[in-house]
Amino acid sequence: MSVLEIRDVSRWYGNVVAVNGITMTIGPGVTGLLGPNGAGKSTLIHMMGGFLSPSSGQVSIDGQRIWKNPSVYRHIGLVPERETAYDFLTGRQFVRAMAKLHRLPNPEAAAERALGMVEMVEPADRTVGTYSKGMKQRVKMASALVHDPPVLLLDEPFNGMDPRQRLHLMDLIRKMAAEGRTVLFSSHILEEVERLAHHIEVVVAGRHAASGDFRAIRRLMTDRPHMFVVRSSDDRRLAAALIADPSTRGVELTSGGLEVEAVDFRRFSLLLPQLARQADIRLWEVAPADESLESVFSYLVAS
Amino acid sequence: MNTVIASITFRQMLSRRRALLLFLLPALLLFLSIGLRVSGHSDLDNATMLLTQFGLGALLPLLALLAGTGVIAPEIDDGQIMYIMTKPIARPVISTTKFAVAVVLVVAFGVVPIFVSGIIMTGLTAGLATGFAIGALVAGIAYCALFIAIAVLSRFAVTIGLIYALVWENLIARYASGAKTLSIRQWGISVTDLVTDATAVKAGVGTSTAVPLLIVVTVAGVAYAGWKLRTLSITGTE
Repeated sequence: MSVLEIRDVSRWYGNVVAVNGITMTIGPGVTGLLGPNGAGKSTLIHMMGGFLSPSSGQVSIDGQRIWKNPSVYRHIGLVPERETAYDFLTGRQFVRAMAKLHRLPNPEAAAERALGMVEMVEPADRTVGTYSKGMKQRVKMASALVHDPPVLLLDEPFNGMDPRQRLHLMDLIRKMAAEGRTVLFSSHILEEVERLAHHIEVVVAGRHAASGDFRAIRRLMTDRPHMFVVRSSDDRRLAAALIADPSTRGVELTSGGLEVEAVDFRRFSLLLPQLARQADIRLWEVAPADESLESVFSYLVAS
Repeated sequence: MNTVIASITFRQMLSRRRALLLFLLPALLLFLSIGLRVSGHSDLDNATMLLTQFGLGALLPLLALLAGTGVIAPEIDDGQIMYIMTKPIARPVISTTKFAVAVVLVVAFGVVPIFVSGIIMTGLTAGLATGFAIGALVAGIAYCALFIAIAVLSRFAVTIGLIYALVWENLIARYASGAKTLSIRQWGISVTDLVTDATAVKAGVGTSTAVPLLIVVTVAGVAYAGWKLRTLSITGTE
């Protein structure tokens, strides 16, 4: 059982602050690091992997500092985001080489065990360059698991994977966590995190926006006021009908249609078509105005 | 030294397309020396000119640049070096291994062809072939150390190396005698001059200057690369 500790960590590049005063503790099980692109997730993972020094603060694993301390790699397995992984080696040669670099007593056996865990024994004699994205991700995972580390860091592991590969990798990550490992993965896709992680850490614009059980955070996300743009055959009458119901807090009549602020998302989404039908109004367009992850996240930060 | 890192690096260097250059340059030197030999122009003067101008002046620095930067720079660029760096291995071991691989490549594709070319043209006369081989060896080692240090320092290592080898050593050092003092090529010629009896070899820098500088550049380059790798930051794609 290992614990990653990030204490009051900031990282800046010149005048740009990538990570701003983040404190979090990551223990056994699956933790999802969620945030929009450019939020500082990779910077955080790079600091946890010892590739980047924190500008201030401390990143440690079980009390040992990570930066400039290669001995921590006995306890950490890292799966980088980038795809390249010695494309000219076969999967087996690659994983074996990693086992040898760890100076494991029996690198061949360790490599076979790791390849078996990710179900890559069969294609292991093909060169890495010929693998699909999912296979590359799995062989990278095998290379990170070859020394049986208690901590596994995965940087955007699902990027570019098809749904089948995604499910497979999710199963694998769950298995790793069930064995008592501390698994952290980053993602900018809420659904991925939701399906996999019990615990999530949300990072927005370099700041720690939320932390905890994903259900609680998900509720925060769905319970927030939603903005919709609605265009119909009679915007003014529709506006009057909508504002009469408590699910709608505000309606603005604009040249581009109605801008509706709904406070009860479920009720509003059921109500709108019913009202339109009763009043014989045709709906031309109903579009969420603020469904982007960024706006969801900024709502979280504000609350 | 780490044999796993060394073998991966060798495979990487020899499987790249630009590895073709590793073969082409020495092949050209051997071709030219056979030409001189066959046409009956392979006297000490001509041989010295070819080995100085092309051997030490172009082949050696270009090979060392390819090898010295190629063993590490692309791996830093594409982030692949993470796989080596996430191991409980002291970072200076990584850079020293990379340096050793670069030296082996320079010996195989630079020093040996220079020696063979000398033999083809002049046999063992006046120790010319041996002199150039030893000069190329010490200069090649210093070049590799310099270029590997630049490779961990800057993303533009190849450009900086080319400017040093082509502009500084070939242009500025030719006209400004002071600049010769800081030319690895001249240090190599100085060592060659020490070994060979051929009067055609003219060193622009004395051995008492060249040898200490060769040692300083080599030691400093390798030490710097190791130190720099300890604190190498790899930034993400975001």
